[in-house]
Amino acid sequence: MSYSRPEPSRLARMSTAAESAKTAELAAMAERYGLSRSSARPSLRTYLIELWGRRQFIVSYARARTYAVYAGARLGSIWQVLTPLLNAGVYYLAFGVLLGTKNGIPNYASFLICGMFVFSYTQRSMTEGSRAISANMSLIRTLHFPRATLPLAYVVNELNQMFLSMAILFLMVGFSTGPNWHWLLLIPALFLQTLFNIGATLVFARLGAFLTDISQLLPFITRTWLYASGIFFSIPAKLEGLHAPGWVIQVLSLNPISAYIDIARRAVLEEHVKNQLPHAWEISIIWAGISLVGGFIYFWRAEDRYGRG
Amino acid sequence: MAVAETAAPKAAAYAAASDAVPTVIADNVNIIYKVTASGGKGTAASAFRRILKRQDRPTIREVHAVKNVSFTAYKGDAIGLIGRNGSGKSTLLRAIAGLLPPASGAIYTGGQPSLLGVNAAMMNDLTGDRNVVLGCLAMGMTLAEIEERYDDIVEFSGIGDFIDLPMSTYSSGMSARLKFAIASAKTHDILLVDEALATGDAEFRVRSEKKIKELRSSAGCVFLVSHSLDVVLDTCNRAIWLDKGVLRMDGDVKEVVDAYNEEATGKR
Repeated sequence: MSYSRPEPSRLARMSTAAESAKTAELAAMAERYGLSRSSARPSLRTYLIELWGRRQFIVSYARARTYAVYAGARLGSIWQVLTPLLNAGVYYLAFGVLLGTKNGIPNYASFLICGMFVFSYTQRSMTEGSRAISANMSLIRTLHFPRATLPLAYVVNELNQMFLSMAILFLMVGFSTGPNWHWLLLIPALFLQTLFNIGATLVFARLGAFLTDISQLLPFITRTWLYASGIFFSIPAKLEGLHAPGWVIQVLSLNPISAYIDIARRAVLEEHVKNQLPHAWEISIIWAGISLVGGFIYFWRAEDRYGRG
Repeated sequence: MAVAETAAPKAAAYAAASDAVPTVIADNVNIIYKVTASGGKGTAASAFRRILKRQDRPTIREVHAVKNVSFTAYKGDAIGLIGRNGSGKSTLLRAIAGLLPPASGAIYTGGQPSLLGVNAAMMNDLTGDRNVVLGCLAMGMTLAEIEERYDDIVEFSGIGDFIDLPMSTYSSGMSARLKFAIASAKTHDILLVDEALATGDAEFRVRSEKKIKELRSSAGCVFLVSHSLDVVLDTCNRAIWLDKGVLRMDGDVKEVVDAYNEEATGKR
């Protein structure tokens, strides 16, 4: 290319001795008056403090977005309840009635819908989050604020949706078996999944900001994940039917989504004992930690580059 | 380049006379960015051929927008950036705001600069009042502070009853007014205004010029990009003339504007 990029080092060599003396003088003056580089990335500690300071922004932004999404529809926010219900209905029809994958799972409708809801919480956080930066470019270029607030607001949105979905699930299960103190376990289960989702969303927000192709690719990734995570079938029962060796289930249960679905099912479904995966709680905790810390650091490392055009 | 040489000692004298604290220092700044230019057929087949031949995207071009620019701005300065279209004025502002890191050189700032541009929209699906609250929260204000300032902001914007309507229904002048009102609700250390006042009507221009003077006196520093030389003359005490990314002249607003005018009319 004829318009090759002059390397910073070459530019430096081009500048004369007088200029480099001036550079040192200006840098010293900046230091003396406590000026900082305008495009510098804040330290992780400062960043987290700033982020905590904007917690109100995160909540308000999430609320405003929910409002904006449903503002055009005649039924408005009722769609927040209708969408998961319709989703559950379609999957029940396809997998429960038409394909008959029930194979001996008691209360199959609740089993399926619980898995569906947990899965779509993570899936939607990731796909929506991959657009968190690119969809808000104008806001990013107008105002200065820690960019991680945007993907975080997207997760808050999805969490809010998840609460509504869970209320529907409780109504369904409650009708057939009555309430149970086991349900309280859903609180730590959802908490761990939310930590995982925050990390995953931050990772995809950064990927989506620089690689716009990722949003084309994500639906295929999540769909593969959907079929591998034991939402329509019970993983232990399926593997038993296939006479798979013992290590297969160990490997499959390392899938974070399977683990979060499993701990949610343990909380909600009484009969889940015989279908549960090994070490689901431990795996859930480890994934939440890895994802949260890794996601934050990964996102923060590009903080000074979001919004560049 | 004769102009630049005569201007340099003047700027130095100016700086020494003002005897103030520097707030923005640009040190030999070069800005290069990639843009997507039109070109290529845009079909799947041509994209595939490009990947096979391992070519770079033909539509990506690098632009050296700002070349070796150095200056120092002091507290209380209102600096007008003038120059023809595409001379790097807006790019320089975005670099000062920290949104576009320079390829070489450095920009030092005291405090957080805020950029206010006319084409930078907020959230268009939302109503004006929600945008006020969100914008203020993003700037780091608390809910109590916003409640206190809310009426002032709406009053200053002059939007009136339209505040309950989505911003997508606003005219470009109205949204520019609201954005300026939001951004100026907080005292900024450094305020960067990019043509934001051009779309407002005469009455709003007078009000916003007053506001800029106010911000200047509250120890801030204001940068103003404008093609209206009258606005620059009225609100600024200093001007920087950029020509094709190169700093042509830096000094007292009247001298720089006169020199710029002379060249613009001389070439005709």
